[in-house]
Amino acid sequence: MTSARRLLQDQDRHGPLPALRLDALLDAVSESGLTGRGGGGFPTATKVRAVASRPRKPVVVGNGLEGEPLSSKDAVLLGHNPHLVLDGLDVVARALRARRAVLAVGADLDPGPVVEAARGRRIEVVTVEGGFVAGQESALVNQLDGRPPVPSDPFTRVTESGIGGRPTLVLNVETLAHLALVVRHGAEWFRQVGTRDEPGTSLFTISGAVRRPGVVEVPRGTSIREVLAPAEPDPSSAVLVGGYHGAWVTDLDVPLTARGLKPFRAAVGAGVLHVLGAGVCPLVFAAEVVDYLAGESAAQCGPCLNGLPHLAGLLHRLASGDRDPALPAETSRMARLVTGRGACAHPDGSARFVASTLAVFAEHVGAHLQGWCPSETRSAAS
Amino acid sequence: MSRDTTARLHIDWTRCDGHGSCAELLPGLLGVDDFGYPVARSGERDPAVPRRDRDAAQHAVRNCPVMALRLYRVDHSGTRR
Amino acid sequence: MTPHVTGPLTSALWDLGRGTGVVALAMFTLSLVLGIVARSGRRVPGLGRFGISDLHRTAALTGTGLIVLHVATLLLDPFAQLRLVDLLVPFLATYRPLWLGLGTLAVDLLVVVTAASLLRHRIGPKLFRAVHWATYALWPMALLHALRAGTNSGDLWFRGLAVVCVASVVTAAAWRLAPSFAERGWSRRTRRTA
Repeated sequence: MTSARRLLQDQDRHGPLPALRLDALLDAVSESGLTGRGGGGFPTATKVRAVASRPRKPVVVGNGLEGEPLSSKDAVLLGHNPHLVLDGLDVVARALRARRAVLAVGADLDPGPVVEAARGRRIEVVTVEGGFVAGQESALVNQLDGRPPVPSDPFTRVTESGIGGRPTLVLNVETLAHLALVVRHGAEWFRQVGTRDEPGTSLFTISGAVRRPGVVEVPRGTSIREVLAPAEPDPSSAVLVGGYHGAWVTDLDVPLTARGLKPFRAAVGAGVLHVLGAGVCPLVFAAEVVDYLAGESAAQCGPCLNGLPHLAGLLHRLASGDRDPALPAETSRMARLVTGRGACAHPDGSARFVASTLAVFAEHVGAHLQGWCPSETRSAAS
Repeated sequence: MSRDTTARLHIDWTRCDGHGSCAELLPGLLGVDDFGYPVARSGERDPAVPRRDRDAAQHAVRNCPVMALRLYRVDHSGTRR
Repeated sequence: MTPHVTGPLTSALWDLGRGTGVVALAMFTLSLVLGIVARSGRRVPGLGRFGISDLHRTAALTGTGLIVLHVATLLLDPFAQLRLVDLLVPFLATYRPLWLGLGTLAVDLLVVVTAASLLRHRIGPKLFRAVHWATYALWPMALLHALRAGTNSGDLWFRGLAVVCVASVVTAAAWRLAPSFAERGWSRRTRRTA
């Protein structure tokens, strides 16, 4: 699949990218059908257009924070091919006549290669602190603007007012890398792989019960089974698609597209695939995940701050053999209660994960309520 | 982006402290959850405010001690108060 | 620029001046106590939480309106010898300058607090709350001004009113500082603010 190795090919500088005017950039990106690779999946052209339509000169931010613990694709991309990401950031910043172009990276990433690649460019490389929620768009904007790294009320979008009150365009680093390639090779080239609705390639981070975890690049629309193959997965009943805010998928032949994943209420998101090991109890795993998610709450919004620990408690009870038959219904109720009632999607994503766990592992839940666990061991190996 | 002229109530969750005046003034629109925070009965994020509740909604916006509420209408280009 | 008024009109102005001041003090006391009740999140049967907030605001605005009258009538009253500058700059008056000056300070604070309150949706909750703390300074100034610059301190009815005002504020403040005050009277996780 050499045509699929676009972002992860060996570093190869073709020289500076052509400087595009805004309309030419918008045409190319729009034609290409490029969507965000940071989890939101939003059409990139729409986002750029939103910022371009504002009167003030914008700020462009490359988001390399990657707060999701199961994801490492952005780190791999930045380590392997930082020039591509910076090219993308450059071309967008120029087209928009941006006041500033910033590449934000997490504290875990070795900034060396990125800083080196940024020399001579009008791009600031900034190391930001952060947990899970710090990579959220408005949280990142707040941190870059000198405020606490927590989300803002979404009523005012960052594309209207962000850093320094300017319209701010935040794009995931993988999105920027694809964008650079679209500018260089054209929209038609971009569409040569992938599906008609979801063109191009995507990076996926594979973890869990696999012999060779890591990051792969595949055309969008590839089935889960095919994506996992090089990682040599153990036979498994379910794969968590989308990370800790994702959903379980039990049919591995399903293509990784919005339509293919819809029956499982899953989405490609930021390309995280976590294989559940045979000996791992999904309820124990889920309880520990929700513990983590509860701890990562920005603690601003009442329903999230109070609801997530509650959810974690309920899952622990289910996992540890509490036989109260009301537990599943109460857990579902709490998941629904926190959905849509916070400044960001943290409670929504957490609720989605919980709801998926209860639905996909309904029989497993039933067994627990009768006092036994179908999994061999009770340790949540990750 | 469709043009939707219904008035909607937006809760700024970063400010909301579960004081509860809004739920008292708009009992048909809002309930209170296990932790004291308002819940839209319709399940919408920003519940639509019917005309008969317009006055009560404006009262609620003024009354909220932390200014967590706002009423808005969506026009064809964006949002407006 | 004091108009030459004498006789019954002067007396009326003087009465009005003092009367508005006294009632304003009662209003601000009510407002302060209600403010603490509102902050506690407790439901008062019949009024609801929104009712407490409304009353708190109404009492404060009424008090403010009365102070406008209080100051206007005293400016017009030749007996009071109040000048415009005394409205802004404290301690310049010839009559009991310290205690009158406290009144001036209280009025100055009142203007700021009222402005912040009317503009609260523009300035945001953090700034609004910061300015609102000044009400805890405003009330004692108003009380001391009434007790020492006012001329009714000897009257029984006034003393009675003053005692009631002080008692209510002291009780409310003590409750505010007590651990049992905890908002809403039940525990839940504390939100991160700022």
